[in-house]
Amino acid sequence: MLEVVEKLKSEFEAKLAQSKTHEEIEAMRIAYLGKKGAVTDVLKDLKNMDAEAKKQVGQQINALKDEIEEKLRLQAKKMEEIKFQMAMENAEKFDFSIPSCQEVGSLHPVTIVQRQIENIFKSMGFIIEDGLEIQTEYNNFEAVNIPKHHPARDMQDTYYLSNGQLLKTHTSAAQNAIMRKYGAPKPGEPLRVLFPGRCFRNENIDASHENTFFQLEGMMIGDNISISNLIYFMKVLLSEVFERDVKVRLRPGFFPFVEPGFELDINCLICGGKGCPTCKQSGWLELLPCGMIHPNVLTMGGIDPDKYTGFAFGLGLTRLTMMKYGIKDIRVLNSGNLKALKQFK
Amino acid sequence: MYISMNWISDFVDLSQADIKQLIGRFTLATAEVEEVIEYGKDIRDVVIGKVVKLEEHPKSKKLHLLKVDNGEAIVDCVCGAPNVFEGAIVAFAKCGGSVKGMEIGEATIAGYPSRGMCCSEKELGISEDHSGIMLFDDSAVIGTNIKDMIAMDDIIFEVDNKSLTNRPDLWGHYGIAREIAALLKRPLKALPVVDTKAYAALPTVDLAIETELCYRYSCIGVENVTRNVSPLNMKVRLMYCGQRPINLLADLTNYLMMELGQPMHAFDKNKVDKIRVKTFDHEKEFVTLDATTRMIEPGIMMICDDDEPTAVAGIMGGLHSEIEDDTTSLMLESANFDGVSIRKSATKLGMRTEASARYEKMLDPEMTVPAIERFLQLLMEIDPGVKVITAMTDSYPTHYETIHIQFDKAYVDKYTGIDISNDEIIETLTALEFKVTNKGDEFEVVVPSFRATKDVTIKADIIEEITRIYGYDNFKLTSTASLLAPVRPDKAREDEYLIKQLLAERFGCSEVHSYIWYDAKMNKELGLEPVSAARVVNSVASENDAIRSTIIPTLLGFVYKNLDNYTSMQMFEIGRVVKGFTKEGLCNERKVLSIVSASKEKSAKQVLSEVKEMIETISCQIKNKTISYAPADAVENYCHPKNSAKILLDGKEIGLITELNPRVADKIDKKLSAAVAEIDFACFAEQEKMQVLYKEISKFPGISIDLSLLVDDTVSFGLVHDTVMAYECKFLQSCEFIDMYKDKALNNKASMTIRMQFISYEGTLSGDEVNGYTQDILKMLAGKGIKIRE
Repeated sequence: MLEVVEKLKSEFEAKLAQSKTHEEIEAMRIAYLGKKGAVTDVLKDLKNMDAEAKKQVGQQINALKDEIEEKLRLQAKKMEEIKFQMAMENAEKFDFSIPSCQEVGSLHPVTIVQRQIENIFKSMGFIIEDGLEIQTEYNNFEAVNIPKHHPARDMQDTYYLSNGQLLKTHTSAAQNAIMRKYGAPKPGEPLRVLFPGRCFRNENIDASHENTFFQLEGMMIGDNISISNLIYFMKVLLSEVFERDVKVRLRPGFFPFVEPGFELDINCLICGGKGCPTCKQSGWLELLPCGMIHPNVLTMGGIDPDKYTGFAFGLGLTRLTMMKYGIKDIRVLNSGNLKALKQFK
Repeated sequence: MYISMNWISDFVDLSQADIKQLIGRFTLATAEVEEVIEYGKDIRDVVIGKVVKLEEHPKSKKLHLLKVDNGEAIVDCVCGAPNVFEGAIVAFAKCGGSVKGMEIGEATIAGYPSRGMCCSEKELGISEDHSGIMLFDDSAVIGTNIKDMIAMDDIIFEVDNKSLTNRPDLWGHYGIAREIAALLKRPLKALPVVDTKAYAALPTVDLAIETELCYRYSCIGVENVTRNVSPLNMKVRLMYCGQRPINLLADLTNYLMMELGQPMHAFDKNKVDKIRVKTFDHEKEFVTLDATTRMIEPGIMMICDDDEPTAVAGIMGGLHSEIEDDTTSLMLESANFDGVSIRKSATKLGMRTEASARYEKMLDPEMTVPAIERFLQLLMEIDPGVKVITAMTDSYPTHYETIHIQFDKAYVDKYTGIDISNDEIIETLTALEFKVTNKGDEFEVVVPSFRATKDVTIKADIIEEITRIYGYDNFKLTSTASLLAPVRPDKAREDEYLIKQLLAERFGCSEVHSYIWYDAKMNKELGLEPVSAARVVNSVASENDAIRSTIIPTLLGFVYKNLDNYTSMQMFEIGRVVKGFTKEGLCNERKVLSIVSASKEKSAKQVLSEVKEMIETISCQIKNKTISYAPADAVENYCHPKNSAKILLDGKEIGLITELNPRVADKIDKKLSAAVAEIDFACFAEQEKMQVLYKEISKFPGISIDLSLLVDDTVSFGLVHDTVMAYECKFLQSCEFIDMYKDKALNNKASMTIRMQFISYEGTLSGDEVNGYTQDILKMLAGKGIKIRE
């Protein structure tokens, strides 16, 4: 009997070695372990044996059955592995270096920077306001304390229109309308407002001069707003804008709509303040004008300067955008040249 | 403006002060310093020497062979100066020394040894004169270091003139010295002057002011001037401060202007006898000092001798009455004029002079008399023989009001946010010559006349005076104490960014910025004739004067420019346009969104579909609303007469969409297809976003019915849709467009396939039931002439 088992085993192994497909493995399973399979047949012969032999042979046959089952499983697994290997070997090689075809548009660089700055202001409780580009002489000049004979009103810098209006020369032209819109702030609830806008100066353009450019102006008016608050605020704000701890210094500066008025410098972005060609060795970069809102401007905006004070500041959004992206020629911004503009994703 | 530290030290004790640090503080407290120049640093070992022997060079006509006594030895020197002579006392640079840009060493010049150099004024850096060497008179002691004779070592700083526009008091050294004294907390010395009361008994000048533009005119007559060359140190100061020395009297007027900021004019007394300050009502020809004949417009203020002009007031004197090197008697003018009038006249004449630049800042009229007294002081020191021949003649018709300002400590505290003590307030204001009185925390100040012409008028101005001297770097920084409250987002602004993002990210559009006026040349090239309401009247680029009423022409211009690099492109701009005028005559400024899609490869239908999809997506994503269309009248010539439509949102017109008119497209490119749309941004933004109303999903399956309809050009999907949906059946959910095609077999008609969806919430619909509804719907369609395709 034992010889039969041995023969069966060697016969199986020979066949197994020959097997190549899943179908063959499956056929072998049936041929050996199926209801009418070779191993099952041998088991059927057991009933004719004595108890001792039955036990011995039974054990061997069961061991053979387990062995065949295990070997078939392994062989099947091997086959599958070969199939995957083949699939991978035969697969078409994908060239990752070929650029994908993508229809990606672009935002204007000024939009990108403007939005970043607006978000910083919004996080500090500022409202964003939008002023008109075409203004009256009153809003652009008188209301911000630039009287009739002020040199800033000489014709040459301002675009005047056929109906007597003008293209606004600075974002401050929106101050009066904003003050009137919101009125005097409640105690402890200062008016915080940012008003970006496009401004116009009647001059010839070249790589560093544009007649159409963006500014961004902010003001804060309340019953308790001080110079100390102004400096603190500018330092915090500019540290956010430039994403580092910025040092600021104030110098007296004259602007009719503020008193006192300041020129604000920051430590040079290139050298950090040690002195380099960019900052003309001074360590400082002149960045923005700011100041305490002139009492006359508050009065014209319908806000009592004896009760309220406020600060205002202006930031050259176009200049900031150029600084941020290293744009050397300002004319690119209004050119509609897609080779330049499509770079700003 | 250049400021000499030596000059400043005439009025403030600068001993032991760190000059560079002081200039830094001046920048932070007063005005921006642009540059600091150290003069005299490069001049070394230059002494007074005497030419003891002179021989001609045997081979050179120009060169001389000198023996020079330099105080220590007699040395050889080869010199090419035309004015050298035996016995000349010269400035001699010794071996090892240096002059401007040159180290002096032992040299051999044209075959002869040279052990030093005789220097010109230019080589010493004290003037531009390089015509010959500098000569001294016999009183100069041989061997003396030149720096002991001439104040050559000086630190000059240049103040940015723009930062002085509101400070008329800072246009001379004395005013700057006042600031420096306040910063150093040291006293400001009084200006040494001659007291002109001594001449009160002399006859006065025949003076009359005949215009209100002249606030004050002071003058005095002087004769017996015997010197005409300024002292060296004065020349050096003028030179260092950017003023070329001329002759004594001209130099003195310049010196005074630079010292006090008061422009002065010296007329030749023999040519000017009377003074009339007036304007003319007719043009007047006049030759100014620079020998130019000018036409003086009516209204420009002139100084006249009776009716004959002698100077353009506050701007420039006349050639005829100019003082010359041999002038011995003069009429000295020191006046004050209306600043605006001087500025306008200077602009009209195109001659902005040192004097007019100062007058336009609105100078202190109190300064005219002290300026004359200071002039006389300096003149008499230099030329003791001069004689005053008239009384100080002074007409002062217009005074500025004295300004009193009251404030209290609480105001200062509130404005500054820090605590500056009463003592510090008083000390600072007093140093700046404000008269301060106080009762405890209550202050009253009188503004000094030199700050009272326009500069300091209100309390807030006083704050600036206190804080700038206190130093902004010394401020303690504090946050505001404000209520914590949410900020409501500005919906229109959010919409704007969402639109930009959608167009760029989803549709591959590029955002552009452009000008508010049309590009006239481009419009002409593309045959565009867009409407414009407002015009710029004074543009430097005068052809581009029409303010745009639409952005579309600009975008089409951009398409034209980019076609070399791109075959297809989509661009948009959100910008301002002007649509006519309001009732008040103001520009009706509108913010609009303008989109273009253009291609040399795609069909007109494709690009129009793209633009349509963009605006519909915008509306759907941002407002949760569907766009509809209405026939448009082709207003602008870029509109397509057939394929253009008004864009409606909630039935309200918000814009226009059109295929580009082939006439314009052809001008851009023969193969171009393009479509444009423009939406009034405010009209879009003011629409409320439709709330999402959730609808329960039916548990039962629905039935879809597809119908293929035979339609002609007059039937739109919109008509089909509206007809179907008009059928009153609660199970009819939707009617969608599937496709449409044209076929010759259909006799010029098209087959349009639609899909209707029927769903019940109560049970499963039977096929028969839905068939019945479909038949009803077909009847309704037939009623509009729409038949099912057989």
